Amino acid sequence: MNMHTKPSQEFVMTRPDDGIKVGDPLLVVDHISLSFGGVKAISDISFDVRKGEIRAIIGPNGAGKTSMLNVINGFYHPQEGTITFRGEKRTKMKPHVAAHQGIARTFQNIALFKGMSVLDNIMTGRITLQKRNLLWQALWRGPAEAEELEHRRSVEHIIDFLEIEAIRKTPVGRLPYGLQKRVELGRALAAEPALLLLDEPMAGMNLEEKEDMSRFILDVNQQFGTTIALIEHDMGVVMDLSDRVVVLDYGRKIGDGTPDEVRNNQDVIDAYLGVSHDE
Amino acid sequence: MTTQTSGFNTQQLHNQNAPDTFPKYLLENATRFADRPAMRHKDLGVWQSWTWSELLVDIRAYSLGLAALGLKEGDKVAIIGQNRPRLYWTFCAVQALGGIPVPVYGDSVAEEMAYVLNHAEVKFAVCQDQEQVDKVLSMGKDVKSLKKIIYDEIRGLRDYEETNLSSLDSVEELGHAEYAKNGDKAWLASINKAKGADLSVMLYTSGTTGRPKGVMLSYDNLVLSARNANAFDKLNENEETLAYLPLAWVGDHIFSYGQHYTAGYCVCCPESPETADGDRREIAPTYFFAPPRVFETMLTHVIVQMQDAGKAKQKMFDYFMAHARRIGEPILNGESVGVWDRFKYFMGELFVYGPLKNRMGLSRMKVGYTAGEAIGPEIFSFYRSLGLNLKQLYGQTEASVYVTAQPDGEIRADTVGRPSPDVEIKIADNGEVLYKSPGVFVGYYKNDAATKETKTKDGWVHTGDAGFFDKEGHLRIIDRAKDVGKLKSGDIFAPKYIENKLKFFPNIKEVVAFGDGRDFCAVFINIDLASVGNWAERNNIAYASYQELAQHPQVYKTIQEHVDQVNRDLASEEMMAGSQVRRFLVLHKELDADDGELTRTQKVRRSFIAERYQPLIEALYDGSSEKYVETEVVFEDGRKGKISATVEIRDMSEHTPSFVKEAAE
Repeated sequence: MNMHTKPSQEFVMTRPDDGIKVGDPLLVVDHISLSFGGVKAISDISFDVRKGEIRAIIGPNGAGKTSMLNVINGFYHPQEGTITFRGEKRTKMKPHVAAHQGIARTFQNIALFKGMSVLDNIMTGRITLQKRNLLWQALWRGPAEAEELEHRRSVEHIIDFLEIEAIRKTPVGRLPYGLQKRVELGRALAAEPALLLLDEPMAGMNLEEKEDMSRFILDVNQQFGTTIALIEHDMGVVMDLSDRVVVLDYGRKIGDGTPDEVRNNQDVIDAYLGVSHDE
Repeated sequence: MTTQTSGFNTQQLHNQNAPDTFPKYLLENATRFADRPAMRHKDLGVWQSWTWSELLVDIRAYSLGLAALGLKEGDKVAIIGQNRPRLYWTFCAVQALGGIPVPVYGDSVAEEMAYVLNHAEVKFAVCQDQEQVDKVLSMGKDVKSLKKIIYDEIRGLRDYEETNLSSLDSVEELGHAEYAKNGDKAWLASINKAKGADLSVMLYTSGTTGRPKGVMLSYDNLVLSARNANAFDKLNENEETLAYLPLAWVGDHIFSYGQHYTAGYCVCCPESPETADGDRREIAPTYFFAPPRVFETMLTHVIVQMQDAGKAKQKMFDYFMAHARRIGEPILNGESVGVWDRFKYFMGELFVYGPLKNRMGLSRMKVGYTAGEAIGPEIFSFYRSLGLNLKQLYGQTEASVYVTAQPDGEIRADTVGRPSPDVEIKIADNGEVLYKSPGVFVGYYKNDAATKETKTKDGWVHTGDAGFFDKEGHLRIIDRAKDVGKLKSGDIFAPKYIENKLKFFPNIKEVVAFGDGRDFCAVFINIDLASVGNWAERNNIAYASYQELAQHPQVYKTIQEHVDQVNRDLASEEMMAGSQVRRFLVLHKELDADDGELTRTQKVRRSFIAERYQPLIEALYDGSSEKYVETEVVFEDGRKGKISATVEIRDMSEHTPSFVKEAAE
């Protein structure tokens, strides 16, 4: 038997197939502009995220990266342009609708429920997948109980996946920063997202934590086939992790391509290292 | 030279009809204890369990799968990873085919691992997860004999293109199909063909010096030792144990495999190494083994938490603990104790001891052992005074663990007990301990020279440890025979003896003593970050790193007091009064196995440290009061860095010898 033989049954963590093939565009951002009063945060940006890839959005401070993420998950509404997600075009949308469509995200400043346990925090990630209504949940008998057990099972798979068994019942507020970030990733994963948005997943981490996080991101992509768009400042991480990179500067797109192409792009080098404006 | 033997009668144990190999035990247990739990594993937050009959089905499928992949009689199989049920099954699955399992320390780096895999000529490697698979793959063509890699957890391995990879699940599926098609006749025949004298397992010793050696143990070695141990402590199928120590260590092999099969008890695997403490509380093992380190850590946690507790609780804890120190051990040893004291002890059990034991997961503990290193008398009696039957044993890989053990009711902190059942012991003229037992190993694999050096023609094994029998017939170990040296003054210098005395202070984690061929004894000290860190927190002392805390004047002062206390102790002992600590320093970094300073079982590698910190040792003996050093360190990801520091050295005054000379006999 000359092949890598894998188990025939495995745990899966993906939404029902949407008919989009791996490598085809999952999300298309088309000529998006966003301004707050007189401030132009994003002007005329277009790019796409293909199914199954890790897409990085990079740029100096204030380049509009987080605004872009907020546009994608419906938190900001762009003045111009369209977004197509899983073949559906939309202009205005509420974040919870995005969540139901399968877009999950983590935040730059951790946004967990500090007083709740790790387990409960990750459970909240599955709210969009719960079918029983409030009344059933409150009664917590029969169908609601069965459903909760099923969700708990999935959450336990995530806890196992992220290697956080030892802190399962610890209140999140008591955890060190690096672990909180991991829990936040866990909560986003619990929603079984079609597109996972990570806003600076490695900010403020030490080297070891960064390596762990990189491994988790790669594993999520590989094992669950989840498409990931991430913002990150650590260039080494970005270049190692991502399949394609889009570079923003002052709300404009200045580069787009594979890590190698972007690294050799003169505009990108200028934006990062700075150029003299006297000439 | 006199020999000592155990008074324990083992005659009735050696029943001719009892199985003589582990696969045969599996077959027997599957009918005898069919519906009793054999193994548990916490997975996805829930304890999953397997009965003995389920174990047979799984192991049979696994074994048949291995055969289908080409595993033959005499083939070696490496087992790499943490305590997972399926890694334990690998032992039996391989043995059933006449193969020889070779467990390897999971935390060893690829280079160390490659040496073992090569030396043992393994054909298959069974790995727990991606981390281990990566290590094995990184050896590439270096291990020529390696044909197949089997892994337990697929996570991260899905896209690997290597053709020699198989998941354990797929191997079991293969075996199930094979069983459905051809039945298990051939499999049973191969089990029944095996004899007690056949090779059962090869365990590589962690090696404080030189390359690891492959200790070959036969079924007879392991089965008899395990059966004797079960009888000695009256262990049966009702026990539950927690498997959390390295698979490759002989202790775990006996406790979680040998005794598990021969007694038929249930072995529980924790969810992950980090959750072992919590999992222990849930399981509450009845038979528990831990190196002194684990007991120290547990005690440190208790003390630290008590210091953070409320006034009333602290008072209650202190009051009842004082009572337990006085009465606990006599009660445990079955001595006569007054009714009022017994009542108070009962109240203590209700309010303090019971909850404490529950907290530590030792509520149901019937027998507990500690071994590997000396345990602090205070720590030892702390646990015993709570009513826990904690005992010491002395063992070696070469002896299938058991050389001596303490029988119930004859427990002392400073001895390792009487010879275990069927073991004969004698002391050589140079003080070295020699033994002979059914557990004595077959030999070192491909290393006849070393075998001859260790095992004499008539079966006596050199332990390499110096020791003596005390008046009660209990063995006392002082140090490694080759480590015992002499000071220039001619006084005996037993480094470990001094180190252990210092390590018994909770603030001190590790000590390395120097003095052989020198004018006086001097030591390196590692502080315990958990304990000293807590102290710093309570005293508003800010620190950024281990290094900064270690160099803090207040910390130095505390350590100085500890050293002084030890000197006072040493002054009262005839043999040791000459080797009081005259100078000490607190090391600027923690000794670490990744830097090669400790072995994988966390023992100090003296010669390596002496080489690495040569400038510091010189400074200890040239009278200087501080020394600047740069030390290379290896981070967990394999990158290297440098730590530099100016290390302070302190002088100590010597106490005048205060021992009372014993009358010559």
